[in-house]
Amino acid sequence: MADQEITLMKGNEAIAHAAIRCGCDGYFGYPITPQSEVLETLAEQKPWETTGMVVLQAESEVSSINMVYGGASSGKKVMTSSSSPGVSLMQEGISYMAGAELPALIVNVMRGGPGLGTIQPSQSDYFQACKGGGHGDYHLIVLAPASVQEMADFVDLAFTLAFRYRNPAMILADGAIGQMMEKVVLPPFKPRRTEEEIIKECPWATTGRIGGRKPNIITSLELRSEEMEIINLRIQAKYREIEAKEVRYEEYMLDDADYAIVAFGSAARIAKKSIEIARSQGIKVGLLRPITLWPFPTEEVKSLAGRVNGILSLEINAGQMVEDIRLAVEGKVPVRHFGRLGGIIPDPDEVVEVLKSSF
Amino acid sequence: MTREEIIEKGQVVYKKPALLNDTPMHYCPGCSHGVVHKLVAEVIEEMGMTDKTVAISPVGCAVFAYKYIDVDWQEAAHGRAPALASAVKRLWPDRLVFTYQGDGDLACIGTAETIHALNRAENITIIFINNAIYGMTGGQMAPTTLLGMKTATCPYGREVSLHGYPLKMTEIAATLDGTCYVTRQSVHSVAAINRAKKAIRKAFEYSMQGKGSNLVEIVSTCNSGWKMSPEKANKWMEENMFEFYHLGDLKDTGAVK
Repeated sequence: MADQEITLMKGNEAIAHAAIRCGCDGYFGYPITPQSEVLETLAEQKPWETTGMVVLQAESEVSSINMVYGGASSGKKVMTSSSSPGVSLMQEGISYMAGAELPALIVNVMRGGPGLGTIQPSQSDYFQACKGGGHGDYHLIVLAPASVQEMADFVDLAFTLAFRYRNPAMILADGAIGQMMEKVVLPPFKPRRTEEEIIKECPWATTGRIGGRKPNIITSLELRSEEMEIINLRIQAKYREIEAKEVRYEEYMLDDADYAIVAFGSAARIAKKSIEIARSQGIKVGLLRPITLWPFPTEEVKSLAGRVNGILSLEINAGQMVEDIRLAVEGKVPVRHFGRLGGIIPDPDEVVEVLKSSF
Repeated sequence: MTREEIIEKGQVVYKKPALLNDTPMHYCPGCSHGVVHKLVAEVIEEMGMTDKTVAISPVGCAVFAYKYIDVDWQEAAHGRAPALASAVKRLWPDRLVFTYQGDGDLACIGTAETIHALNRAENITIIFINNAIYGMTGGQMAPTTLLGMKTATCPYGREVSLHGYPLKMTEIAATLDGTCYVTRQSVHSVAAINRAKKAIRKAFEYSMQGKGSNLVEIVSTCNSGWKMSPEKANKWMEENMFEFYHLGDLKDTGAVK
């Protein structure tokens, strides 16, 4: 089957191909290292001539995210991608979309910060992605791919979740996953929805008052506090539902483990190698890999606390997810963090040494 | 007694457009917004585009434009309306897409979005209300505030050494290859209102004909921000604003094939 063909490509390229194949209506972006291949691949593929997908290079990330806001408001399946400094610029628009309850996909291929930082990989935008990022009480649905295959697979998943809950979703990758080449099976082609299907599936969308229906208004503004509180409570109730239903994670060699590493994305791949080394030395270690960073697998981490003697949070940052792990275990077992900064990737051997000295 | 019962058949001499609903407007008496809203509603209705219009409202006095004109609206962040409009028009090419923005929104915080959307020749129309002040926020200096004009943040008058010069965005727009129709109008008299309506109609038609981007500036009053009676504000606008912001078409390439 042609659709099952294995190809070799970068994670960023996989995002672009998956977007075309999953029926994405529009991509709006601005070049920034290390994710520019997303826009470059789309421009090279010319999907406007095949599926009819719109691809537009905007004048800034601020404009990109507001194009996504406009497109999402009209019920279309739209996305953008960027890297850390660009995603910082997008926070205003992301907050508006969360407030207006709009489905969209934002891809962040993280690089080291703060500031202009480095173009090398990092996971230091965990707080920004999972704790709101912009102003106001809100959450994104955050998916953390650990392979090029997951870069391809999570595009459709992110859109599905975004539309299911009318909430922006983020793929939080890093420069390593974006830039490395791996074999990948691209998802099968799915046609873009017709305008009639969009109008039917998204009765809230600003598509024009087709059929003479009442005007639709997309806004995050409500000056009456008592009304604004009701809107906030409704959004919070939605978040509780997402927390209950959409937690995703992977367990690796945890059954007999005395110690656990919790790691996502690139760090989880390093962790698997470290586990192999540690087990060859007689140390029984396993991995819990959160796939959804928000909703965080709180219950799963909590249950780990009853099974292992210590948890190491391996992150390519100064310690961000470790806070969620500590909240989950409620002090029942020691929780340590290890990470490298500034674009340095931890070495599997140094992780083993940290494990040995930590517990 | 209903309005229909009060009005006897054959006695109607004036009627507001049906698209302009009965919600009481929050605009100050004497403000230009109400007139421009009416013109926009009339043009949409007359073009038969009621069910195919997507409008984008700004941050500023017109933030609640969506409450008054019964089409689909998206409420943008401050300055970003042209970015939203660009996406909507590209994703729904047969829709009438326009933004409605003030001077702070369009000529200050949204300068980049405005210039790039216009220059990409997006088939949209930007309605630009220039009253030389931040009205909604309480009368602060705008990019279009005239030299010497007093506002809450230039209480001794705008001066070049402190605040730089007022910005003529419409003149800038006319230099962009992507723009089709660029005009500056006002609504301070019946004749001016008629001209402004024709300009809006032309801009909307060009955008539907795919001729590029269109900018209709309406030099407007903000009598509460200017601290003047409506009548005095109109007169002050004629004597001061029109001196700097000349009325008329700056560019019209739509008639040429």
